[in-house]
Order: sequence, then structure tokens, then C-alpha cells
Amino acid sequence: MSHVIEMLNIRKEFPGIVANDDITLQVEQGEIHAILGENGAGKSTLMSILFGLYHADKGQIKVKGKEVRINDPNDANELGIGMVHQHFQLVQNFTVTENIILGKEGGFFLDRRTASKKIKDLSVKYGLNIDPNMVIDDITVGMQQRVEILKMLYRNAEILIFDEPTAVLTPQEIEDLMGIMRSLVAEGKSVILITHKLNEIKAVADRCTVIRRGKVIGVVDVKDTSTAKMASMMVGRPVSFKVDKKPAQVGRVILDIHDLKVMNSKKVLGVKDFSLSVKAGEIVGIAGVDGNGQTELIEAITGLREVESGSIIFDGNDITNADIRRRNEIGLGHIPEDRQKRGLVMSSTVFNNVAIKEYYHSPFSKRGILEAEYLREYAQKVVAQFDVRSGEGIFSLAGKLSGGNQQKLIVGREVVADPELLIAVQPTRGLDVGAIEYIHSQLVAHRDKGHAVLLVSFELDEIFNLSDRIAVMNSGELIDIVKTSETNEDEVGLMMAGVKQKEGEQ
Amino acid sequence: MKSLKKRELQSNAFLVAVSAVVLGLIAGALLMAVIGSNPFAGFWYLFRGSLMNIERIGNTLATATTLMLVGLSVAFAFRTGLFNIGASGQMLVGGLCATIVAHKVFLPRPLFLAVLIGSALAGGALWGVIPGFLKAKFNVHEVVATIMMNWIAYWSVYYFVPAYLKGPSLETESASIAVSQSLRTGWLTNLFNGSYMNLGFFIAIISVILIKFILDKTTLGFSLKAVGANRFCAEYAGIKVNRNVVISMMIAGGLAGLAGLSFYTGYSRNMQIGVLPSQGFDGIAVALLGASNPIGVFFSALFFGVLQSGKGFMNAMTSVPPEIADTIIAVIIYFTATSVLFKRFWDAVFKRRNNRVNPQEKSVETTPVKEEK
Repeated sequence: MSHVIEMLNIRKEFPGIVANDDITLQVEQGEIHAILGENGAGKSTLMSILFGLYHADKGQIKVKGKEVRINDPNDANELGIGMVHQHFQLVQNFTVTENIILGKEGGFFLDRRTASKKIKDLSVKYGLNIDPNMVIDDITVGMQQRVEILKMLYRNAEILIFDEPTAVLTPQEIEDLMGIMRSLVAEGKSVILITHKLNEIKAVADRCTVIRRGKVIGVVDVKDTSTAKMASMMVGRPVSFKVDKKPAQVGRVILDIHDLKVMNSKKVLGVKDFSLSVKAGEIVGIAGVDGNGQTELIEAITGLREVESGSIIFDGNDITNADIRRRNEIGLGHIPEDRQKRGLVMSSTVFNNVAIKEYYHSPFSKRGILEAEYLREYAQKVVAQFDVRSGEGIFSLAGKLSGGNQQKLIVGREVVADPELLIAVQPTRGLDVGAIEYIHSQLVAHRDKGHAVLLVSFELDEIFNLSDRIAVMNSGELIDIVKTSETNEDEVGLMMAGVKQKEGEQ
Repeated sequence: MKSLKKRELQSNAFLVAVSAVVLGLIAGALLMAVIGSNPFAGFWYLFRGSLMNIERIGNTLATATTLMLVGLSVAFAFRTGLFNIGASGQMLVGGLCATIVAHKVFLPRPLFLAVLIGSALAGGALWGVIPGFLKAKFNVHEVVATIMMNWIAYWSVYYFVPAYLKGPSLETESASIAVSQSLRTGWLTNLFNGSYMNLGFFIAIISVILIKFILDKTTLGFSLKAVGANRFCAEYAGIKVNRNVVISMMIAGGLAGLAGLSFYTGYSRNMQIGVLPSQGFDGIAVALLGASNPIGVFFSALFFGVLQSGKGFMNAMTSVPPEIADTIIAVIIYFTATSVLFKRFWDAVFKRRNNRVNPQEKSVETTPVKEEK
């Protein structure tokens, strides 16, 4: 077999960090080659170099044996390299066809019909199941991703790069994607899969290059290598997949929600008559498929969204209509779902971000004047304790941190503030096993200190690993609350689909 | 180490600004050459016009004073994520309030100055707080609202000045304010040989220091900047986004009001009707070149003050039209707005130098950063 892509001795430095240190990657024709590494290991940098978004400081790139220079994504496209980004690059109110031909329109007159015919054929050939005339706005995230794939195929890409493709997909969509990848290589394409999810690599990849802190640790044949082995190569130490957890020491009720009704952004009830209580010393997990009212529920509890009716009692205080700062002050911590939009000010420094909830009171400030010294010491403490890595320490801009480190920074800020109730929404989304293990242990430690934790996750593994009780949500309603020890994934899965087990149909 | 990092960042913004200025001047020189004038003579008289003697320096500083305060207003709003395009209107209202006080209120000098400054602050702040409130309450975009407010101010002055503050001779401007009722002051006027130099310059410097202090050191600045950089995160953190928008526009309006004070009761001592002061828009340029940093605004206002106040002399002494100075300003803005290019350029220069320092790195095949893109 020949190497379709060779990246030899690639080096790339950013201020304070060597992102890629002498990395060599060789991808064979017709294989699915995974690149495995923790967040910030340098996977995305390497692929950005291949795709022409960055330029290597050193090293060479060969495509089909010929040395090439890739100056920008157009060069990459011409060489037959296509990339599906984590964040899709689609025009929301254009149709599938329009999006795909964008930039490749041909002559002066748009020939939608021919294009749409070609797209239809490609879709059938690779089992993508896409109607070329649908508008992007109206199709699911999984379908949007397939449009991205079609975009590459339409441009005759031979080498397809997938950057963390499953982060936004439901389990079923992940299955479908794997099938698509297999049919792509069956047709002679080559696939590079960037991920930190071991089970996906195990399921679909042929070979895997493991990267740690900018260096290649090894290249393994996936079928001969256990997930545990790959995990330890990636993290640099053995990793446990199960969370060690003592039985819960349950105390008083911290959060008590009664008959809560909340509107969603389409002005219909997103949360319907929801009642739930969370006690000190326990982790309650909310299981459910994305979009079943979890966001609205959490926003109502944290004060980001107005409550229609019902009540939220926090440790005896009615906070149904309290402002956000008051909720923070009485001990409500929140790890938000969208760390880039809500969690951090990307253009501000790490130390300002650590202080963003508490800057206004002593000892962070006195009489309206910030205590810079204290702010920095405090941030230093959080950063050290949670091993947040960055080029310039607490002076780095939050936006320059890798996703995993951004998340650790948020978790650190919230946990160090020691809230009575910590609400964690998708706390490990897009993180690697090392970081997941760490964040899970912190959530459990928070529980063991006698605090309450409310966890929202779309990953059943995570819900089962952490929760003492599981509340299942479907279409804004609470289907049931079950003890983790008395249920299993099948039962919860059914309830997530809206089927009530124990009490029967209503 | 820590302070070193900070300095590096600042010098970057500084280098970008200086590069923009130099390129702007070069473009101006080219233009002068194209129209057949001698660029060296042009610049010689431009800078002589603003700096050749103590009186002209005084006039330059007085011109810069207004630009500084407007620039500060725009920069401050910008740090909170707001685009204050209404500095002209805020200047007019601040200036109108101050002019009324100057004509009608007679008090001992220190007390009088306090009332004068207070009235301009209040007028400008009112004109800023209305768009701020509309934005917070009804999500009306501040650019639209401030432009509207500009015209309300324009027509209010148009009505008010002839009706209540009319001068003895002209219908189109207010009566001149007595020197003793203005920001002019004897010792300053004498020091600068009878120039327009006035107390506004000190008001501007105090404002620069105060705004820098607010932005860098106070909890108010912290929350304003958080709202400006990411309002969703600010909201999540418990910062009242709407209140901060209102406060920011109020302060920005107040600063522009002070600019009106310095212009109408210091520099000119009367108000003309039918003029929307162009300084309100020049202030955007000042803020841009100064990277929305108070210290940056200070220096960029001085620089623009030099260009503005020297252009008349240049025109008188050479065949270069005064519009060349405006063109230079425009080109500088253009280069400031495309500052990413300079950043790349300087990064590449520094990198090459580093490679020279470490010879083992030299043999490495480097992919040069592409400047042409």
C-alpha cells in the first residue's frame, strides 16, 4: 500500500507552546486513520497545517508521494483534501444544493438541476440519505454533517479529515456516521479521524497515531490494541473508566422545584410541570436526549430564563424570580453547557475569568477598587489545583486555551467557590479521557463534601457513572426518577424515549 | 516576567499605531507629489503650522483637547461593546448647557467652573443615557439611536441659540461668552501668547487618567468590560448587562459633553447653528488609532490635533489643499483598521531576528508568513 498523505517531522510553535514537535503522520490509501490525543495535544494544529490554515515552522508534507506546499484551504482542496470541521460551515437559509455548490457555482448561470442531480447520486452512492432541496435550517445536526461530507465529495476529495465529528451527534447518528466512513473507504477514499473517543476508534479505525503534548507516542494497529492500552498511551498513565464512589451520605433538601413551567425560545412550554428535589450529598443526573427541555430547566434554575409558573426553593429561600447574582451568592454554582458563549470571556485573561462572578466583593475588591494582587493569587490557586495548562499561565487569554483547559478552568472556578449546589451541564463535552476522569472525580469530591450536584448529560455512560439518582426527561416532562443502583441503561433508554415503565401509561 | 509579557502586548498595539501613522504620512506625501506639490514643503508647513511657535502649539493643544475628550467617549463606549456615533450630538448638548450657564450664571470663579463643568457633563450624559436606555429596554441599536439624537441636538441648537442666546450682530451664532465666563484663563492665555489654549486641556488630562483608572482598577470597569467582551458570559456571571449599557452610555455621553464644553466655551466661545461638529466623528478615528486605550487616545488626539491645526497654514504657504490632511487621517484610519497586517509583519520580523540569534534554527526551512494576503 502507498501513503496517500505523509507529514514528515512537522514542527509548529505558538507563543509559549510547542504544539507540534517533530510529528510524522503517514496515512495509507484506503484506510481510516485515527489521530488520538488529549485536548491540546496538537491534533487540531496538525490537521490545520495539512488543510493550509496554519503553516508549519519545519517539516514537509507529501501527497501521493509528491512534496507539496499547502498555503491555504484552496490548495488543500485542489490536492483532494477535504475537512469536516467541528463547527459546520453552512449557510442556514440556503438549500443543501446551494450550500454544496457555494464557491463552485461554475459559469454565470446557476445550474441547480445538474448540481442537485450529482448531489443526489453521491448521496445514494455513499448512503448519506440527503434530499438536495432541503433547507439547512430544517434538517438535523446529523444531516448537516452529512451535507458537509457531500460538500467534500462534490469537490472530488480523496482524503477526508473529520475533526471530532461525533461531539454533536446522538448515539444513533454516530452509528450512521461510522457506516458512512466505512463506505467511503470501501470506495477507495482515505479518512483521517481526529478524536479522543476510544470506542469510536475501536469501532471504525484501521490504524491510530497517538499524540501526547505535541509528540507522536506511537502508531498502532487498532484491532491488535486494547482501548486501555490506547488510553494510557494518550494520557501517559493508566486510566480508570469507572468512577470510585462511596455510597451517598444524603442530607437536607437543597434544591426543591415545584410544578415548574418554562417557555422555550419558540414561546411554547419547554418544561412542563416539572418537580424535582436534590439533597445535600447526592448527585442527581438528568438523562434525556438533547432538546427535551434540559436547557430551559437549567436556565430557569440559574436565572437565565424567566419562569412561567411554579417555584424554585433553594435551601429554604424562594429564588423563583431572584436575580442571578443573588443565586450565586446563596450558593448556586453553574458549569454552563456552552463554555465559549456563557462560560468564559474569550478575549479576557484567565485571572479575570476566574474572578468574573466574585470580583465585586471583598477580598476580590475593596470599595469598588479591584485587589489585583489577590485576584492573581486566587487565579493562580485555581489554575494550579485544576492543572489548567496555557502558554502564559494566568495571563493567557481564555480563548487561547484548548477546549479541555477552558473547561477545567470553568470547573475550577465553580468548584473552588464551593457552592451548596453545583449544576453541571455537559461538564465533559468534547473532553478526553484524562480530563473526563479528573472532572468526574471533582464532581464526586464535591458531593462527598456534603454538597448537592445536579448533572445534565446526554451521555448515558456519564449519567450512570456519576449519579446517585437519575431523573429522566422527555418533551419537557419528568418521566421518572430512579435510583441508579436499581435500574439499567436499557430501562433509562426507554424512558428517554418517553415510555414510563413502572407506573404504566398515564 | 509578568510585566515583561504585558509590555510586549502594549508595544504591539503601539507598533501597529506607529506603522499606520507612518504609512498614512507616506500616502499623504505621495498624494502631494501626484498633485504636483513638494511633499517635504507640504509636511514642513503642516508641522510648522501647528508647532512653529508657542501660540500655535497652544492652538494645537486646544484642538487636541476636544478630540481627546471625544476620542475618550467613543473608546469608553467601545470597551463596553457599544458604538457611540452620537458624540456630535452629545457635544452640542453639553456645549449648549455650558453656554447657557456661561451667559446666565454669575458666581465666584471656582464655583462657577464647577457649575459650568457639571452642566456640560449633565447635558452630554443625558444625550448618552437616552440611547443607552433605549438599547437596554427595547433593544434599539445604539448606532441608530445616537444618530437620531445627533439630529435632535442639531435642531434644538438651531432653535435655542437664536431664540435665547442671540448675539448682537449675527442671527446664526450665539453671543460671544465673556472671557471671564469661559474656560480661557489669563495665565494660560499669556503663557501661550494669546492662543485658544484653555482649561479644557486639564479637564481632558484628568478625564484620561480617571477613565484609565475606572477601566483598569475598578469593579465598575471590570463589569463594563465583561459586558463589552461577552454579554452572555457577563449575564451568566450575574452582572446586570442592561444597567451596564446605560452606565456606559451615560459616561460616554458625559465625556462628549465635556468635549463640547472645551470646544464651545474654551476654543470658540460661541455656538454656531446648523453645524454638526465634525469632531464627533473624528473622535472615532482618535479612538481607533488609540486602540480604545485612554493613553493611546491621549497620544492619537495630540497627533490628530497637529494635523488638524496645521492644515490651514500648509494651505496658505503651499499649493497643497487642506483636504490632504484629512486624507492622511483617512488613510491612517484605513491602516489602523487593517492592523492585523502590521501585526503579522512585525511578528515575521521578530521571528526572523530570533532565528538569527539561534543559528541552529537557521537551517530550518521556514514557511514565511504571507503578508500579501
